Amino acid sequence: MSRGEPANRPAKAAAFYDLDGTLIRTNLVHVLGYYARNDQGLLRSLKTTASTLAGIPLFLATDFYSRKLFNDLFFKWYRGQSYDRLRSLAEDLYRDVIRPGIFPGTRALIEQSRRSGLRQVVVTGALEVSVRPLLDDLGITEFVANRLEFVDGRATGRLAPPVMASASKALWIREYAEREGLSLNDSYAYADSMSDLPMLSVVGHPTAANPDVRLRSTARHHDWPVIDLSQPNLTPAL
Amino acid sequence: MTPALRHKTDPGIVFIDNDSAARVLHYGEDFLEEHLPVGTRVVYPPPPIRGLPNPRGAIRHALNHPLGCDPLYAQLRPGMRVTIALDDISLPLPPMATPDVRQTALEIVLEMLGDHGVDDVHLVIANSLHRKMTESEMRRMVGPDIHKAFYPNRYYNHDAEDPNGMVALGKTRHHEPVRVNRRVTESDLVIYLNINLVPMDGGHKSVTVGLCDYESLRPHHEPQTIRDSDGYMDPAKSELSRKVDRMGKIVDRHLNVFHVETVLNNRMYSDALSFLGKDEDEFSDLDRLKLAGTRWSLSRLPAPAKRQFLHRIPGAFELIGCYAGRTEPVHEKTLERSFQQYAVPVKGQCDILLSGIPYISPYNVNSILNPLLVQVMGPGYLFNLYRGKPLIKKGGTLILAHPCHDDFDPLFHPSYIEFFHRLLPETRDPFVLRTKYEEEFAHNPSYVQMYRDGNAYHGAHPFFMWYWGENGRQHVGRIIVAGAKNQHVPEILGWESAETVTEAIAMARSTHGRSAEITMLHVPPIMIPEVS
Repeated sequence: MSRGEPANRPAKAAAFYDLDGTLIRTNLVHVLGYYARNDQGLLRSLKTTASTLAGIPLFLATDFYSRKLFNDLFFKWYRGQSYDRLRSLAEDLYRDVIRPGIFPGTRALIEQSRRSGLRQVVVTGALEVSVRPLLDDLGITEFVANRLEFVDGRATGRLAPPVMASASKALWIREYAEREGLSLNDSYAYADSMSDLPMLSVVGHPTAANPDVRLRSTARHHDWPVIDLSQPNLTPAL
Repeated sequence: MTPALRHKTDPGIVFIDNDSAARVLHYGEDFLEEHLPVGTRVVYPPPPIRGLPNPRGAIRHALNHPLGCDPLYAQLRPGMRVTIALDDISLPLPPMATPDVRQTALEIVLEMLGDHGVDDVHLVIANSLHRKMTESEMRRMVGPDIHKAFYPNRYYNHDAEDPNGMVALGKTRHHEPVRVNRRVTESDLVIYLNINLVPMDGGHKSVTVGLCDYESLRPHHEPQTIRDSDGYMDPAKSELSRKVDRMGKIVDRHLNVFHVETVLNNRMYSDALSFLGKDEDEFSDLDRLKLAGTRWSLSRLPAPAKRQFLHRIPGAFELIGCYAGRTEPVHEKTLERSFQQYAVPVKGQCDILLSGIPYISPYNVNSILNPLLVQVMGPGYLFNLYRGKPLIKKGGTLILAHPCHDDFDPLFHPSYIEFFHRLLPETRDPFVLRTKYEEEFAHNPSYVQMYRDGNAYHGAHPFFMWYWGENGRQHVGRIIVAGAKNQHVPEILGWESAETVTEAIAMARSTHGRSAEITMLHVPPIMIPEVS
């Protein structure tokens, strides 16, 4: 687990964001696909890419059933990758894959949230190594993300505990708020998936962002706002 | 007294007799037929003034003979920057049959601009903190040709939350900040195309409110201003109007605004529903058939289908006046014409005021009239439909007919839901609500996002809606809703409920006695009783 330094400005509440599907269009599979396509050697790259593509239906099925099971299966694909290589590809990954996938409404939402005096915190199940450039670009210094476990500089295919998913995100938010003196009642959370329901449930102002069908229905049931960050603002810049 | 004589005692007034027909009341997306107690006074809107035979000619005449400034053509020069601001979908109600009068006026103005070599033209909808109009609504309002030529880069909604889109013009001597749309401030000429349905529309309100932001709206959309306003329809007695006028003078000092104000008659019903504006004693057989048919059809439709059906019936409004030029002289003429259409002389106040709440308000076009908007229509608009003194006596009982479903539109009114279910159960005190919660809602990033990129009312809007009913709540003794389909909505609003109108009247009589003066306001169409 990793997190950046807290923001200088003291604030009594925060906005907690899930990342994949919430602020950006891309997800873990896009990232893995990028790494697979850029694996060393053409033959190995083709093999890894084919294997990754073949695994997508399995990922989808397990994600629907359990985010924890999804993580257990999914991160095995990283076994044998070196930290240096993942790190060196991260900037290119950001430029080629992640940046074009930032939703049109993301920056405005963060800016508005910042103007409201809220601390900006990302709580994501994505890999820390792959999200750093994005968070730098968004000006977000407080975050928690998943880390691969490395032995002798090579990924073991497992995540270093604690794993950020579902309920563990909510637990982390509670502990973080307590440590930083933040009021959860006055805090906001944004997520796109039903698996993030616990994270939305621990704050006073939950919002479903570009939600899947199950979360949209749950949000409607609880009268939570539903926002769509994928729509561009049609007011022309003057 | 025969029906023929009954309504001749006073134009627009009918007294219920033993053989009077049942009165038709709006009841949300349905209608009720109620036999009212003998002696009940029913106030009807004046008949529609006949529309101008040549609306385009009237608009051209206004542009060429403006009040207080040079004609529009004389103010144009090639290469200048012009912004045309338009009233949003809250006017008129319901949206009028196409072509909308804004389209007609725009066609004339744009042609004139083109003839004078003016091509830097933007069309901005002055929606203030109202929801942004959808693309299809925008197309309908100006017609497909103008929409195609201007949308989306030169025809768009005002965005009160655009961090770079607002400019401060100054402050009044009462420190009220005047902030308006940047494009407007950077234009050589601003043309405001207004629709005047009631006297509170238009004038300084057009630019000062229609194109402002939250900070600039706060000084007058607040509970004390509402309490200090003796009705909203008589600008001379409205603190709200005084504040807006004060701020508007600063706008006029900084901007060159050419107002084009249009006055519509009150022909809100097309032929199919025109019987709803008539005295029920004078219904023809066909009228009764239409009423029965409409009620039968509506009773068989699910709520969303009923809503769609009703919202798709356009108003048959006609232009009865058009004035152009500087803000104040134009608005003076507009008000004069407006009162000619809407004013109804009424002798004496009543103890019990009864009215049905229709399916539509300025804030739910193509959407649901949620409980907070029912409140806006009752102690908000209906109570304030007067000039002189309120139609209902101080401490009187207001009876409203509405089912009060706990139903909200999550896309148009997301912050209303939280306001109604989280805040109102805690307090109904508008001063506490304003101090404790208004800014939280106004700056809630989710609500800001939904206002800016979606079609949601601003996060602070439900507060303004609650304040809107404040002087009504202060004035009346009881509010009873007849026909509410649940107990909790009236309770949250602080109202009593009754199963039927008859039961509500009996409850009110328990306070005011058997000889209580009962008046039914037969709206819509809108009218403004002038109570002597």
